[in-house]
Amino acid sequence: MMQELVSAIAKALVDNPEAVQVKEISGEQSVIIELKVAPEDMGKVIGRQGRIAKAIRTVVKAAATKENKRVVVEII
Amino acid sequence: MKTIEVMGKSIEEAIENGLKELGTTRDKVEIEVIEQGSKGIFGRFGFKPAKVKIQLKDDYESIARNFLREVLDKMKIKCEIHIKDEDDTLKVNLVGPRMGILIGYRGETLDSLQYLLSLVVNKNNKENEYKKVILDTENYRKKREETLIRLADRLAYKVKRYNKSITLEPMNPYERRIIHAALQNNPNVKTHSEGEEPFRKVVVEPRI
Repeated sequence: MMQELVSAIAKALVDNPEAVQVKEISGEQSVIIELKVAPEDMGKVIGRQGRIAKAIRTVVKAAATKENKRVVVEII
Repeated sequence: MKTIEVMGKSIEEAIENGLKELGTTRDKVEIEVIEQGSKGIFGRFGFKPAKVKIQLKDDYESIARNFLREVLDKMKIKCEIHIKDEDDTLKVNLVGPRMGILIGYRGETLDSLQYLLSLVVNKNNKENEYKKVILDTENYRKKREETLIRLADRLAYKVKRYNKSITLEPMNPYERRIIHAALQNNPNVKTHSEGEEPFRKVVVEPRI
């Protein structure tokens, strides 16, 4: 579900939604979500001073507290 | 984006047919003429119908609604989305149970979602068409404003009493503005901001 959330947000932000790839790596207490977008869309998910990335992380974190999990969103 | 192709005896008629089919008005669509059409001779020989392509323009409201619906679904948050499109501002209000999770610490989650929403809404528009987006729930924005004004008054009193400046915690521009505005006409103190975003802070100091 966390994976789908990141994917939905990323696809709405970028110019090449078909190039959005999200991978979810589940650990015991934490989940790592790897987000990959087209090189020219990197700015669209990171933003000036990482402002967009921070907003994505905050929203994902809120969704994850319901499930008592720690979520790390990495943009690669 | 929904697109249809329609025909008619003239371009005008084709457009009218299309608008009727889509149940919309001319300002909400983009029209492209594919075939000019020709009346033919005596309305018979060489008659060709006019053909136009009509594309429903995505309006801000439906972009916002679709994005929020999808994100909230994935967050497993059930709520109603109320949207008002007022001139240059899109006002979105979410109504549902357990909205606290959506507000977050000091409105952090609500602000993040509002920022993402404004990026999505303004993604495809041209310059000079920036649409402001306000996302709210349970009247949080108003309540927060009242809290900040109370805080400002309390601090102003302290600053005057101890004749010492007080620096507030980092706030976003919107919240800083509320503090500045609240103390603008206070005869005892003056305010300014220090530091770099996103850690800019308001400083309240005695007016000498």
